[in-house]
Amino acid sequence: MRRFVRSHATELALLAVIAVICVFLSFATDRFFTLGNAFDLLNTSSVNIIFAVGLLVVLIAGGIDISFAVAASVVQYLTATVLGWIGGGNWIVGLIIAGALGVALGSINAFLIQRFRIISIVATISTFNIFFGLLMFFTGGVSIYNLPDWLTTRVVLFEREMADGTWAEITLPVLIMALCVFATWALITRTTTGRQLYAFGDNPEGARRFGINIGAMQFIAFGWLGLMAGIAGLVQAHYAQEVVPNALYGRELDVLAAVVLGGARLGGGKGSVLGCILGVLLVSITQNGLNLMGVSPFAFKMIVGAIILAAITLSNPSIERLLPFPKSRRAAS
Amino acid sequence: MADQEPDGSASRPLLSLRNVNMTFGGVKALKNVSFEVLPGEVHCLAGENGSGKSTLIKVITGVYKPEAGAKIDYDGQSHAHMSPVTAQAGGIQVIWQDLALFPEMTVAENIAFQTVTGRWPRLVNHAEMWRVATNALQRLGVTLDVDLALHNFPIAQRQIVAIARALVGEAKLVFMDEPTASLTQSETDYLLDIVRNLSASGVAVVFVSHRLAEVLEISSRVTVLRDGALVGVYPTKGLTQSRITELMTGKTFDYSVLHRDLSTSSVMLEVKGLSRPGEFEDVSLTVRRGETLGITGLLGAGRTELALTLFGMRKPRSGAVVLDGKPVRFGSNREAIAAGVAYLSEDRLSLGLIQPQAIADNMVIASLDKILSGGFFSSDRKRSLVSGWIRDLGIKIGKQEDAVSTLSGGNQQRVAIAKWLATEPKLLILDGPTVGVDVGARAGIFDIVSKLADTGLAIILISDEVPEVYFNADRVLHMAQGRIVGEYVPGATSLQAIEGAVYA
Repeated sequence: MRRFVRSHATELALLAVIAVICVFLSFATDRFFTLGNAFDLLNTSSVNIIFAVGLLVVLIAGGIDISFAVAASVVQYLTATVLGWIGGGNWIVGLIIAGALGVALGSINAFLIQRFRIISIVATISTFNIFFGLLMFFTGGVSIYNLPDWLTTRVVLFEREMADGTWAEITLPVLIMALCVFATWALITRTTTGRQLYAFGDNPEGARRFGINIGAMQFIAFGWLGLMAGIAGLVQAHYAQEVVPNALYGRELDVLAAVVLGGARLGGGKGSVLGCILGVLLVSITQNGLNLMGVSPFAFKMIVGAIILAAITLSNPSIERLLPFPKSRRAAS
Repeated sequence: MADQEPDGSASRPLLSLRNVNMTFGGVKALKNVSFEVLPGEVHCLAGENGSGKSTLIKVITGVYKPEAGAKIDYDGQSHAHMSPVTAQAGGIQVIWQDLALFPEMTVAENIAFQTVTGRWPRLVNHAEMWRVATNALQRLGVTLDVDLALHNFPIAQRQIVAIARALVGEAKLVFMDEPTASLTQSETDYLLDIVRNLSASGVAVVFVSHRLAEVLEISSRVTVLRDGALVGVYPTKGLTQSRITELMTGKTFDYSVLHRDLSTSSVMLEVKGLSRPGEFEDVSLTVRRGETLGITGLLGAGRTELALTLFGMRKPRSGAVVLDGKPVRFGSNREAIAAGVAYLSEDRLSLGLIQPQAIADNMVIASLDKILSGGFFSSDRKRSLVSGWIRDLGIKIGKQEDAVSTLSGGNQQRVAIAKWLATEPKLLILDGPTVGVDVGARAGIFDIVSKLADTGLAIILISDEVPEVYFNADRVLHMAQGRIVGEYVPGATSLQAIEGAVYA
């Protein structure tokens, strides 16, 4: 128990903050504490969680990526176009195309970083501009509404009618999100590759001396984020039922804040899938609560910013001092 | 694994290198070096910083490729050069000075990291990892909580983790680069026992240390390098510390205690009953102008905590500090610097210097106001001040603009000293000034310290090596468990007596 608290201090602090907010919102609004609202939260958070677990892998490996959200927009556009050529397709084909395109775009980042030794923030700010510039140039900013039917049809996996006559539904994005979360969790905690990613982010020189292929690490990390971004792009198109070239522009900072909030360290070697999910949920619960409370949407960003600051302060390592069992001086038994 | 086992005969070397040459940026780092290790022996590699020891280790472990013409025979096989993979597969393990560990990962993962390397992804076998890690620790006779992240452990235990990791690799040849640099005496003794056990179980150990007493104690043969060239290979029997120093530096040194008359000198620092519960209690001491006060004691005795308190980075619970006749209570180290206190950190690598920045910039960082000209930063003034220090302290550098990280340990320490001299201090606290600095360079640093004392500076010299304070301080305080438990005057008390008290 004690060890669990020590190694999961960030996650527990986040859970506590989320719990406080939830209790407050349950009393402050009628609608917050309902199954329907909980499912809505999951449905709307799915895309960000998929992005977040992808970005987590890059952060763990000691990198950062600014370009993934606009890369997802590029993937949406290209996937819609390719689906048009092959005359429809289905979810499996769509996910494969989007995932492959995402991996390709992620690999461009990895290539720039590995081949030309550009630090990841600079490389991805460049590709962020290039991807978005190319997208706007070739599309002229025009949206695609003419998507295949399978992509625009809502897929309800579970539904239940509530006492007040509304429907609580879990939709396909939640399933896809769950699969992405599971896959990422398995990758980083259960495979040797995942442990190598952690080690590489923690101490690149130490990893190199073990003969770990640094280039491969970059391609795996950015490739994985690309894969997740591609999938998230397709899911977002499904959710929005249209492809708008600048729909995801700016999303990268929201996701980055949520992932760092979840305990991932800028600089590598640290971060967990659970923390990542909690980070995204904290932000979306706050937004959801503000919505339900009728707060002006113009105030959202400000309040969300304040919540992120408060939560990150709480999950600071120095908070360990406030724990009931202080860190022992000698960790040896 | 290599498919041939060593036949165990002492005459046949496990490792033999010939004609190894390495050049970095036009500088010859290794000149036609040969090197030999017998199976199961403890072999010491001695040389000053920059003599090529680390480069040689990196050639053997495949990090560097030597120039054409080199011949490496290891475990019955010949190679033109090694690769990290062949070296590791052949059982060559290195415990690097920086340990190359992963602080965020658990002890088990650090020790058994080898179980998750390899090109193709597999599932992590946590049970196997745990078993491998506990086995390795058991072989060393150590108990650690292997599920805890490594950053929770002090440096001495991280060292143990690094050694345990080497054992996991079915090591036949283990390199230890300065393994005792940050260990206390009892931890060092313990480590040397472990090295003996390794050697007795047939593992050859190549030991690199600046502490020559250890070298003499542990090794059977010593290979000495100087300026990238082989000086010779000597059996340890018959060698003395001063002989090794001579071989390493090509110079002779004399060791004698200081004899300075300070009776007329006024008191610069007076500390009365200073306490910080849990760190140090009731510490009283005085330092005169021109005096060097040595403070020794085991790691964790509260020496560094005391120094940081005098430097204003921690606030004392009770007690008084009088500096140059004026009572002081520092709210921060900025106030301490302004009042004339300078503190040279034990951890030069991470705290004392900004490694990637230019030598000149590091020197002026604590005294930026001195290089302002009409409110603006003056490059000319910086250049002339820096040139003065480089000359006075005899720092060997290429250009002032080079990064500090390009310098050797001894020269880095001089840069750190220059940084503080620039603030024109009254009291200079040197905390472990020779950690990671080799013998020749140590003498140079103490020359500087002695000259500084002669200019009227009060100096506190903190070190866990008793001989260091014995030969370089006017008085020696012994600190244990946060208290001053003894005061000695070198010469009046013998070195052995003080060592006996400190290491008891």
